[in-house]
Amino acid sequence: MKQEYTITVYTENQVGLLNRIAIIFSRRKINIDSLNVSPSEAEGIHRFTIVINEFEEVVRKLCRQIERQVEVLKAYFNTGDEIVWQELALYKVPTDEVAEKLQVERLLREFGARAVVIRKDYTIFETTGHREETDKLLAVLAPYGLIEFVRSARVAIIKASNGFHEKLKEFEAVEPASELIENEFLNKQAEVFSM
Amino acid sequence: MQAELTKPSLATPEHPIEISGSQAVLEAFIAEGVDTIFGYPGGAIMPIYDALYDYHDKLKHILVRHEQGGIHAGQGYARSSGRTGVVFATSGPGATNLVTGLADALIDSTPLVCITGQVFAHLLGTDAFQETDIINITTPVTKWNYQVTDATEIPQVLAKAFFIASTGRPGPVLIDIAKNAQLQKFSYTGYTKCDHIRSYRPRPIVRKSYIEEAAALINEAKKPFVIFGQGVILGRAEEEFKAFIEKAGLPAAWTILGLSALPTDHPQNVGMLGMHGNYGPNVLTNECDVLIAVGMRFDDRVTGRLDKYAKQAKLIHLDIDPAEIDKNVKSTVPVWGDCKETLPMLTALVNEKKHTEWLNTFHGYTKEEHEIVIDQELHPTSGEITMGEVVEALNELTNGNAIIVTDVGQHQMVACRYAKFNESKSNITSGGLGTMGFALPAAIGAKFGAPHREVVAIIGDGGFQMTLQELGTIMQAQVSVKMLILNNRFLGMVRQWQQLFHDKRYSFVDIQSPDYVQLVKAYGIEGNSVDDRQYLKEALQQMLDSKESYLLEVMVGKEDNVFPMVPQGCSVSEIRLK
Repeated sequence: MKQEYTITVYTENQVGLLNRIAIIFSRRKINIDSLNVSPSEAEGIHRFTIVINEFEEVVRKLCRQIERQVEVLKAYFNTGDEIVWQELALYKVPTDEVAEKLQVERLLREFGARAVVIRKDYTIFETTGHREETDKLLAVLAPYGLIEFVRSARVAIIKASNGFHEKLKEFEAVEPASELIENEFLNKQAEVFSM
Repeated sequence: MQAELTKPSLATPEHPIEISGSQAVLEAFIAEGVDTIFGYPGGAIMPIYDALYDYHDKLKHILVRHEQGGIHAGQGYARSSGRTGVVFATSGPGATNLVTGLADALIDSTPLVCITGQVFAHLLGTDAFQETDIINITTPVTKWNYQVTDATEIPQVLAKAFFIASTGRPGPVLIDIAKNAQLQKFSYTGYTKCDHIRSYRPRPIVRKSYIEEAAALINEAKKPFVIFGQGVILGRAEEEFKAFIEKAGLPAAWTILGLSALPTDHPQNVGMLGMHGNYGPNVLTNECDVLIAVGMRFDDRVTGRLDKYAKQAKLIHLDIDPAEIDKNVKSTVPVWGDCKETLPMLTALVNEKKHTEWLNTFHGYTKEEHEIVIDQELHPTSGEITMGEVVEALNELTNGNAIIVTDVGQHQMVACRYAKFNESKSNITSGGLGTMGFALPAAIGAKFGAPHREVVAIIGDGGFQMTLQELGTIMQAQVSVKMLILNNRFLGMVRQWQQLFHDKRYSFVDIQSPDYVQLVKAYGIEGNSVDDRQYLKEALQQMLDSKESYLLEVMVGKEDNVFPMVPQGCSVSEIRLK
């Protein structure tokens, strides 16, 4: 069954790597639902967070193709219950509409939203949360002359992860420690792709 | 000053020497043991060519006639020598002409380092003359690529390039160097080879438990069957492989790129896999109980219909590329590692066995294939000359000691099926990408990679016309390549499919040829054409006796087909003998 997977990729910070990773998906005609690139906990190492809707088998193969790229250190994939994730959304609405027709205070409380900017002509709200939550606020604001809406890519933390610092040391060693070679075909018992 | 310039290799961190980026490129080549470059100059790579002028005694440069020819020559060189091929091209069209060769080298795991010139860094993105975004164009077809805009990066980038191209699963690397970096002088402190990149693991650690599991499966097996690919050659593990199959008494069949890793006349060599492979290996893939795949990637031309492929068998898959394991066929025991290491470990644990009866099953199929297909293909007594009898006659005259370079199509299948090989790295063909036009330039490169060996390029009339401009390279470089054109006056493989699957609607497969003998004569190359069986051997002998390049055209059956054949979408057990 297709389901939502969050792929976390640790990479070197290198021009062109985004393209190398992106074409692994586009070559197979797989749409990326969300993509975020940011620094990671380890210095100099970047972290891609990619969300796709696919079969587990496909995601597993995709991760191997990603790891095959010279500048990729590691790729993990997780389902929603294995991660903690957030998305951020911004909403721009006419101030008079909101002030007159909507109880701003109620809105802020209900959706955990925050007013980032309040001007005479418009107000910008911000919320963070799961997709359904940001969508709900969008639905609520839509009838009130919503001017602009934008949602960020997903950022996610893997619950079981101990971070990448230790792994990186092993990668830097010329003779890799055996734990580094963790991979399901070398150690099927151990949990693959989850740190 | 001049003395310094010609001896920059003496540079050390304590005694840096001022050199240009271009010189740094050539210094890297010398340090990496490069002896031959295939290339074509142009505006954006002129500083490198200018530097090359002073290095002509250390580095041989072969001027090709088209960059595609250059990269295929680089591939031929790499495949015959086992070393990394090196290619030069300029920016823009020079660089884009490399793309087919890069794709070919990637899918066939051929180590290449290609250097392309690029416009000045300040012109990048301005649609400058002969500017093209070659890094993004080649990203899907390179193992690694990198754009250099600062000369100080050159030594380490090239060290990385050679390391990445040749280690792990080899592949092509492209380094794009902006003209300003080629011209830029910098303080050169010497060249250090790269042996470690933290994000790159070319040599996996072999996990013993999987070796033990694999050995146990092999020891229990009643009908074990080995299928091997180019991994054996790339891993330089031919001896280890032979020792393994001999000890355990395993029948072994090859993929088109694995061909020549095991001598043709080895008693356990049971033939070729795949669409036009041998009868036994295809049918028995679906009857064996343990399938041992060594350095091969289960291409669809090998497996046929996947859901009916070796379903009854337990699969042991030895491969250095983890992305290949379980990609197409699910393995029971995955042995991730370099087969140079894993094969001896397996050999140590497997029991000595013969499997005579099982091996005889293969021979039974061979006999049937001989009766229905092979005998009349190799020894026809009447009618037009067959491709098979040409290859068979060549076998007799070379004793299987030549390097055979093939193009793509019917002649390729026939040559690979019937050519005899005693030595590894003797079969050079475009397997994965199926690049018509590959053979002629690849044969030129193969000769430079193995100058003491006879190189025979077997090419169809279609493929030859795709890259025949490289005759100019042969002429100028005075390289001895034997060209054997099997001319059936058709694009034969497509015609065969149109005959079998499209009601003989021959759509644009009727291809005319020039007078090849006259053509090569214009290049100062001797040639001959035969269409009569009784002169065939004599003509082949004359070709082989020639000290220089020689072209022999053999007119073969116009509508001959290659059999056996696993039709597309069919299982390997549904292989057709006619």
